[in-house]
Amino acid sequence: MIGRRLLQVVPVVVLATFVVFGLIKLLPGDVAVTLAGENATEQRIAEIRHLYGLDRSFLVQYAGWVWNALHGDLSRSLLSGEPVADAIIRCFPTTLLIVALALLLSLAAGIPLGMAAATKPGTWLDSLIMGFASLGVAVPNFWLAMILVATFALAYTIFPATGSVPFSVNPVDAIRHATLPAAALAAGGVAEVARQLRSSLVEVLSSQHVRTLHAKGLAPGSILWKHGLRNVSVNLLTVAGLLANRLLAATVVVEAVFAIPGMGNLIVRAAIHRDFPVVQGVVFAMVVVVIATNLLVDLLASLLDPRIGHR
Amino acid sequence: MSVVAPIPSRRRAVLPLLRRLGRDRRAAVSIAVLLIIIGASLLAPWIAPYSPTAQDINNMLSAPSEAHWLGTDDLGRDTLTRLIYGASASLYAAFLAVAVAGALGVPVGMFAGYAGGWIDDVISRVIDTMLSFPAIVLAIGVTGALGIGLTNAMIAVGIVFAPQLARLVRARTLVVRQELYVDAARCFGAPTAHILRRHVLPNAIQPVIVQVALLLAVSLLAEASLSFLGLGIQPPSPSWGAMLARAYLNMELAPEQVYPPGLAILITALAFNTLGESMRTMLDPTIKRP
Repeated sequence: MIGRRLLQVVPVVVLATFVVFGLIKLLPGDVAVTLAGENATEQRIAEIRHLYGLDRSFLVQYAGWVWNALHGDLSRSLLSGEPVADAIIRCFPTTLLIVALALLLSLAAGIPLGMAAATKPGTWLDSLIMGFASLGVAVPNFWLAMILVATFALAYTIFPATGSVPFSVNPVDAIRHATLPAAALAAGGVAEVARQLRSSLVEVLSSQHVRTLHAKGLAPGSILWKHGLRNVSVNLLTVAGLLANRLLAATVVVEAVFAIPGMGNLIVRAAIHRDFPVVQGVVFAMVVVVIATNLLVDLLASLLDPRIGHR
Repeated sequence: MSVVAPIPSRRRAVLPLLRRLGRDRRAAVSIAVLLIIIGASLLAPWIAPYSPTAQDINNMLSAPSEAHWLGTDDLGRDTLTRLIYGASASLYAAFLAVAVAGALGVPVGMFAGYAGGWIDDVISRVIDTMLSFPAIVLAIGVTGALGIGLTNAMIAVGIVFAPQLARLVRARTLVVRQELYVDAARCFGAPTAHILRRHVLPNAIQPVIVQVALLLAVSLLAEASLSFLGLGIQPPSPSWGAMLARAYLNMELAPEQVYPPGLAILITALAFNTLGESMRTMLDPTIKRP
């Protein structure tokens, strides 16, 4: 089963690389001229044409790009000349810390809220929690980030307004810098977790086997924890996986509010300056992370629920 | 109730839904809010108090006043005016992305579900792959290649959303394909295109309508994000996301300026979401209302 799931990843990765590489086809006109930028010399254009293999056919270019990518070479930035892979390795931990913290906050707040709403469906508490969840899903997280900065960084200087500190240098400071961005991202996450958990938990709690447990005289608390949560644990895992992917994308925007030098900053600056190799590299890295997360979720799910492996 | 199931038409699939929505309080409020916002964006030149680019040099970053109900931005432009004009850019972007997603996703999903076999396998694999692309990241990637611009970016967002619709339509088509009336139509020698349009589409469209409402909210947020990053709409055209970017730069001087565009985005996204959720509840009798 694990082997089969791993095999399924192969075509997805191949297709993904094809799409990412295909982005180069969107570049207008002569790609080498575009990449070389304004006022480039003939020599520079020829150099770039050769460097990126633009003088060869599309499939050869693609194969070359994949071959290099497999060896950790994602070409070089047109602006700084820095290898793209190095830039990604430098920026990724910052983004990862924010995403991890946001995911943790989302689960820590979303699970109790979802459980509270599911055990009392139709009450004012349920309506209140679900009302806040609707707001959490609709709020633009970068706007929330601004309000958090205004409140917790400018009005009361509890958290820093900008920048980041590497986790390896000073873990406490790193987390302090990541807290506001993570909180801004978590609003949507809490809402998502609470909603999904409520809907799947309500379904389980109203099922026949739970009614039997009630009839048998089991305490409601133990039914909720031992039978309710256990039955929705796979659902919860799937939601957490999808959420992790969504948070990863949303960080791109929130990082801009805090001027954090993460993956978002990297790709946005590259897009504005049309530093195409960097754009391509970051998109590729993000897709690889998403595919890996999905794979991990599926494998964990088959551990949690042995039935999945036998389907 | 007749014994023979009536042949559904697209009109019959959509109209009762709208009628029932009118009776749902939340849905009715959402529709009213959206109609007001769409109306305001269409009537902007007539109802906006100023021109969106007119500068009041003596009143830069002013607080709300009688002359400027919501204050002014750092160039002395009226915030209420720009909010009204900005609605059209934001809504245009959201509808564009969803239109692209629908135009791509619905036919592809229907085709995959109806054809079955290896065609379905291949298309499903492509759908799976596209679902692993984070929309906003790919949209930024496309602007990095094609150049900055709202239309390019939103088309990219639409392409990323298309697989979501395709997957829904495919699943419904797999069910509808087995129905007796589809068999009957096939026996009468109806061309496949006719069967898909007249029989499969009306039956597969309802979940799509729900998803479209939800995607409109996501697309609206995507436009706001891209314009905020400076990759979407270009100055001096107003959009809610671009307004937020300017307001944020001047937040220490005029903190209240970040609220109007942010609330506009929040309210519009909330209305789209609420409408989508109401329709979903209406179409699915097993869901218990929260």
